[in-house]
Formats: sequence, structure tokens, C-alpha cells
Amino acid sequence: MANKISDETIEYVGILAKLELSGEEKEKAKADMERMLDYIDTLNELDTEGVEPMSHVFPVHNVFREDVASYKDGSTDTLANAPLKKDNSFKVPKTIG
Amino acid sequence: MAKQYETVIGLEVHVELATKTKIFCSCSTEFGGAPNTHTCPVCTGMPGALPVLNKQVVEYAMAIGLAANCEITKVCKFDRKNYFYPDNPQNYQISQLYLPIARNGYVEIEVGDTKKKVRIHEMHMEEDAGKLVHDEWDDTSLVDYNRSGVPLVEIVSEPDMRSADEVIAYLEKLRMIIQYLGASDCKLQEGSMRADVNLSVREAGTKEFGTRTEMKNLNSFKAIARAIEGERQRQIELIEEGKEVIQETRRWDDNKESSYAMRSKEDAQDYRYFPDPDLVPIVISDEWIERIRANQPELQTEKLERYKKEYDIPQYDARIITSSKHMADIFEAAAAICGKPKKVSNWLMVETLRLLKDHNMEPEDIRFSPENLAKLVRLTEAGIINSSVAKEVFEKIFAEDIDPETYVEERGLRTVNDEGALIEVLKKVIADNPQAVEDYRGGKEKALGALVGQTMKAMKGKANPGLVNQKLKEML
Ligand SMILES: [Zn+2]
Ligand SMILES: [Zn+2]
Repeated sequence: MANKISDETIEYVGILAKLELSGEEKEKAKADMERMLDYIDTLNELDTEGVEPMSHVFPVHNVFREDVASYKDGSTDTLANAPLKKDNSFKVPKTIG
Repeated sequence: MAKQYETVIGLEVHVELATKTKIFCSCSTEFGGAPNTHTCPVCTGMPGALPVLNKQVVEYAMAIGLAANCEITKVCKFDRKNYFYPDNPQNYQISQLYLPIARNGYVEIEVGDTKKKVRIHEMHMEEDAGKLVHDEWDDTSLVDYNRSGVPLVEIVSEPDMRSADEVIAYLEKLRMIIQYLGASDCKLQEGSMRADVNLSVREAGTKEFGTRTEMKNLNSFKAIARAIEGERQRQIELIEEGKEVIQETRRWDDNKESSYAMRSKEDAQDYRYFPDPDLVPIVISDEWIERIRANQPELQTEKLERYKKEYDIPQYDARIITSSKHMADIFEAAAAICGKPKKVSNWLMVETLRLLKDHNMEPEDIRFSPENLAKLVRLTEAGIINSSVAKEVFEKIFAEDIDPETYVEERGLRTVNDEGALIEVLKKVIADNPQAVEDYRGGKEKALGALVGQTMKAMKGKANPGLVNQKLKEML
């Protein structure tokens, strides 16, 4: 494998993803990410000179909705799987601010 | 001599658009619903839900972009901004980083006698987050996703402002443009317009920028001005003490009049943006841009010029009336009904501004109808009520939008033009005030005023003052 993921990188990615990984899991994740980067290297071998970057695989654009409201109380469905709720709201650990 | 410092300020302004529905789903954007009633799988980030863009959002964003002299990006798209916070159920905000809808614009501001351009770096469309309410009772937070997915336009300026006055002028200008377009009501207090301030200081004359901080949680023009002054002082003190300004996000506490750094771990500035694969690109044709441009309503500068020409209103008055779209609408409608634009303008410029100030209100909060103001102008012009009664009636119109015609009839406030009745009252006033009569006859013009006052009082303010004056002089 050409690419090497450092301990700092895997630590940082873990923080961003809000994941707490054990030592063993970190090693596994590093190996996975290294393989992904190697694959990107393979893609990089292609000549993309003059090719527009694209953000979407289908040749479709301008899919719009008209601004018409559906007045339907969605709260029952929205809260159906909430682990904790109170006053028609999700209850979560206290946030700052 | 103490060193001179220059403050360098750029703004990120978020405006909530006045659409009926959210940006990617048909949920209502209406205020005041019970928590989570205006939600669906899309705006709560349920797996597999597919967002579909609200066309009106694109059109409002284009309208704002054009009004702020921007170039419209003809192929634009949405990106995901990834972060975790309970107000963001998808764990990403759909926004535009790489190809924002509008770029390279400017608005012109005026501070004192100086005109200046504030450049706009870019503006983009994005979705709002949910609302967190702290629950004092059990020390948790409650999440309401009614605001989640409400469309926003974020307007990013260049660091072109140098003082709080310039910042306020810029915000007022943006607010005016957007209100005129009908794209948002832009109420700072209610959060439909929000400003984050990026500020750095540098020694006067230097070219390089200092390290900047970003300040959030500013919900009034006064708070913005105080926060700018506070942050400027804080940074200057750090520099003078030889310490470093740290690039960070700070939260302004307007009660304490100080800011504090938001915890940086919570706020890792690495959003790993990438194109949103659920949303297809937007391709904007020249025809579409032209259609939006052609439908742009008359903006403030044009309206101001027209008022001067069409209604012969002085520059100063035209400026104040047009500074609020709402006030301008009332002015035009009332002037059209009664045909007396100058009289209408007077009511707005004098009594309305006074009452707004007394009640700590904004022109946007005016609740009376142009019809009732026009009726009041007619009543005074026809001499049916005198000016002091008119003032009293106007206060009622301002407070409760009463119909002045009915009000005047019901309370019997018509000016008494009955000469016979007036002469009877005058006879009594002359008889009761021999001293004043003596003084007037002896050449003291002022004494006449006292007699007029007595007469008005005796007639409960309903006499025609011109007639009172004339008859008194005749009788003395
Ligand atoms: Zn929804
Ligand atoms: Zn934003």
C-alpha cells in the first residue's frame, strides 16, 4: 500500500465524526482508508485533461417544486422514534448557549 | 503618542426568505406552530428522504443578487457542510460553497456625507437549522425542527467596513433592498435577519490585515454597535500588551457587554464540504435572469427620485418615507386616495415618527391603513375638524386604526362653524376677561391669544380658530 494514514489523522477524523475508536478499531479503519486512497491513486492515473468536473451522474438539471404548502401536522411521525421527548420536542443532553 | 488603529470589518448576513414553504420540502415556514408540527422526513433528515428545491428560493436569491449588483452564477449547485449538533438532524447543512448563486457585487452606503461601496464577495442559498430551547427543569435541551429547512440567503461582504456606523449603514441598506423586493421581512429581533461580524484591527497605515475573530449572537443594531466597540477594544488591548489575537468564534453577551470564546472543540472549522448528490445542478439561462430583472419592483433610490418629481416632496422627507417600504406603501396609497401627498407626508414625517419614537417602534410596525389616514386628511382639508382635534384623532388612528369619520361623528368633534353660537361664547369670554380685553385694546397683541384660548376651551376645542380670531377682532 502506497498511502499511509498517520495516528494523528485517524484521531482527527474520529473527532470530526464523533467516533470513539478502540486501538484495534483504529488500526482497522486506517487500513480501510489506506485502501480507499490507493484506489483514488488508480483513478488519478486517468487523463482528465479538458474534462469538466461533475457533481451529478445524470444529465438532469433544474428539478424544482412550486412554493405550495402542505399543512399537515408532521409531529407524530417525526417524534415516533425519539428516544426521549418532552413538550412535543426531542429531549437531548443540554447544549451550550 | 498612542498608536492609531484601524478596524476592519466584514459581515456575513443571513436572511430568512419569505417563501410559504421550506427550501427542500412542502412544510410550512409559518411562525408559531406547536413544536415539530411543520416537519416531514426531508426536513428532519430521515434516511432515504429526497430534497426537491423550491423554485421561489432561487428566484428570491437571484432578485437579491441582481439588486446588489452581483453576477449570477449560471451553473450552480448545492454542497453538504458536515457538522454534528442537535439542531441539525441530517448532520449536514445543505449550502453552497463552490458555486454560490451570486458573486462579485456591491451596495452603496452613505455615512454622514461620504458615499462608499461595500463589495459583496458572494451570496448563497442554504437551509436554516432547528431551534434549541434549554429546559431549566431537568437541565436538558428541547429540539424543535419547525425552522429546520427554512430557506436562507447568506450574504458575505468583503472586509470593506471600518466602523460600526458603516456596518449599520450597510445592514440598513441590505434590509431596505430585500424588503423592497419582498424577499424577506428582515427583522433582527425575530431572527429573520442575522449578522455575524468578522473583525480585526491593524495599525493605521499598514496594508496587511490583523487576525480576525467572528462574533455571533447579535440581534439588534445597538448590540452590533456595542459588540464592534467591545471587540475592537479587546483586540487593541491584546496587541498593546504584546499578546496575540486568536482566530476564533466569539459569542456576544449583550447584557454583560462582553464576548467570550465559543469552545473550539465543539466548533471544529473543518466541514468537509462535498457536492450534495441528492440535488441536481441549477442552470440559469439569460432569459431567466432577464425575466427576474424585468420584474424587479421599484427600489428605494428610484422611488425617492420619483417622490421628489411627482409629489414635490423635499429630499429629506422623501428619504425618510422611502427608508421603509411599508411606510412608502402607506404614503402612496393614502396620497392616491385623498390627492394631497404633501399633507399625507406631513402626518408621516411629524406625528407618525413622533409616535413611533415614543413607543420604541420601527416603521415596519405601523398598523394603520392608508384609507383612514386619507380620510383624516380630507376631514382637515374640508375644515370639518381643526388641527388640534386632528392630532387627537390621529393618535387613535395610530393606536387602533379607527375610522376617523365615524370617530368624529360619534364624539361630536366637528368644528363649530355656527357664527351665532360662537358670538354667544365670545360675548361671555369678553365679559369674563376684562383685563385681557383692556391689554389688547392697549396694544398688547399677545392678549388676543389668551382670549382665543379661553374661547377654544369653552367650546371644548371644536371651534374654528381662524373664525374665532376674526370674530374676536371684530368684536373688540
Ligand atoms: Zn419538511
Ligand atoms: Zn450560513
